[in-house]
Amino acid sequence: MNTPSVALPSHFQRSRSSLQAFFKSWPPLVLLSLGWLVAMLVIALLAQWLMPYGFSQIDLRARLQPPVFLGGTWDHLLGTDELGRDILSRVISAIRISLLIAFAATAISTMLGILLGMLAAHFRGWVENVVLVLIDFQASMPFMIIALAVLAFFGNSLPLFIGLMGFYGWERAARISRSLTIAANEQGYAAATHDLGASAWRVYGKHVLPNIASTIIVNVTVTFPGVVLLESGLSFLGLGVQPPMASLGNMVGYGREYLQSAPWILLCPSFIIVMTTFSMSLVGDWLRDQLDPSVS
Amino acid sequence: MLRYLSERLFRLLITLFLVLSFAFVILRMSGDPALIIMSPDAPPEAIEAFRQAWGLDAPLWQQYVGYFVNLFQGNFGASMKDGAPAMQVVLERIPATLAITIPALILQLLIGVPAGVYAALHHNSRIDRMLMGFSIAGHTCPSFVLALLLVMTFSVTLGWLPTGGYGTFQHALLPILTLALGGAAVLARFTRSAMIEVMGQPYIRTALAKGLSWRQVVFRHAFPNAAIPTVTLIGMMVGGLIAGAVIVESVFSWPGEGRLLVTAVSSRDLSVVQAILLVVAACMVIANLIVDALYVILDPRLRAGNRGAKS
Repeated sequence: MNTPSVALPSHFQRSRSSLQAFFKSWPPLVLLSLGWLVAMLVIALLAQWLMPYGFSQIDLRARLQPPVFLGGTWDHLLGTDELGRDILSRVISAIRISLLIAFAATAISTMLGILLGMLAAHFRGWVENVVLVLIDFQASMPFMIIALAVLAFFGNSLPLFIGLMGFYGWERAARISRSLTIAANEQGYAAATHDLGASAWRVYGKHVLPNIASTIIVNVTVTFPGVVLLESGLSFLGLGVQPPMASLGNMVGYGREYLQSAPWILLCPSFIIVMTTFSMSLVGDWLRDQLDPSVS
Repeated sequence: MLRYLSERLFRLLITLFLVLSFAFVILRMSGDPALIIMSPDAPPEAIEAFRQAWGLDAPLWQQYVGYFVNLFQGNFGASMKDGAPAMQVVLERIPATLAITIPALILQLLIGVPAGVYAALHHNSRIDRMLMGFSIAGHTCPSFVLALLLVMTFSVTLGWLPTGGYGTFQHALLPILTLALGGAAVLARFTRSAMIEVMGQPYIRTALAKGLSWRQVVFRHAFPNAAIPTVTLIGMMVGGLIAGAVIVESVFSWPGEGRLLVTAVSSRDLSVVQAILLVVAACMVIANLIVDALYVILDPRLRAGNRGAKS
């Protein structure tokens, strides 16, 4: 193997096959998706330093300027909207708002689901029945309709809106954590830690939760893009994030009126929504294959 | 079988009851309905009269009972906009919504199921990957983006179809297409995985081994079995169509239930919102009942009275 005459080709071959092995466990599309998601996160975190203009800064002399690749100027990289607001700055600010809502809502929904699922699994009996009825209720109504009804009754504000989005998809997390916790309770380790004198909080928090976490994480990758789609849909209808705040959805919604004269207003935020949800789904599918080979 | 269906019916009725209670609770939680429905600067006498007319001065449990009595009598209150009965306003819009949702449902079955079966039979081929790529793209693309892309292509650039409105068949095409594509993507994915699972079963190998043709195995043995889990999706598809109609009708100015809901929400026309909530809940209950009935028809284990694995 180590004779000098074959050293170079074998070394070459090894590096190529290790590259292949690398791409086999990290498919290029998944890497790209992860890269996109990281980029979005960085943009959201650094938004105030990245925005070249204020997101609601109006400049009526520079209305409806096309982006630089459609013959615009470098002053406004992605062009301006009907009030002369810089699209790039608005998109950056919108990414921050939309991601904030998506992260907060996904966290709320997942925690609520785990809590109710574990309560059902712990107490069984009527507690479980109540949780199951709630799950049935949530699953049987399209959440969009419920969300619209709540918005009609309560009006809209950002904290309320985030809280409302937090109810999206909790029933899936609850279903999963309930059945997995019931299964865990039938295995030895949960009973053993309980018999050693651990409190219920400790058994569920430190022993059961880490064991069911992989499935929950896969579920998060389903909930997250769902929240992004729901939020952008409601904002698109003008019933979600309210102006002057920019969200990806409401930029598309207001840009709709300029579909023919200034399509760039809505193209950029649309592109970002699609790329983000697409990336998250790809990463989710890939994670599921990695963590839970039985499902695929 | 009858026991199974009646049990399901009972659960669905509980759901319906919960939806209505939900509407009642959030309506009461959101503040004084008199102040919301009348305007806050209405004369105090008028607000007081409204409270009495709607029984808002009674104890809460009486209001709750009264609320249900009113609902059973078909009394949903009046729409704020023109004073017409809310239920009538809502029912008037149903045909327009059905005119796009039913063709969309059929179209998404026609696209989604064959695509899923084809992808499963050519598992891991290039076409399979391409179809699944489309499928992920289809269900991660928000319907309003899809709708606007279709408008840009077919209306703005090509000029073949109107950008929105109501009346002719051409007006309905883009809304139907938008609704159908998203649903078809989900359906294709689901059918594919159900089909792949079934094709791996021993009875498929047996059927092939005893010399049945490929076609016969796929259509007589595999497909009916893959259809069973796929049927559960119909409930979700109906929900998806209703939610989709909200967006699509707004984009295409289609005068259906979805657009009515959006305008009612933005003008806080609570009686109309409540009536729509009930209609949607009823639709979902009916859809779920149909799913349960189909289940019984497709799965002989349920017909025999044996509950089988799924409940």
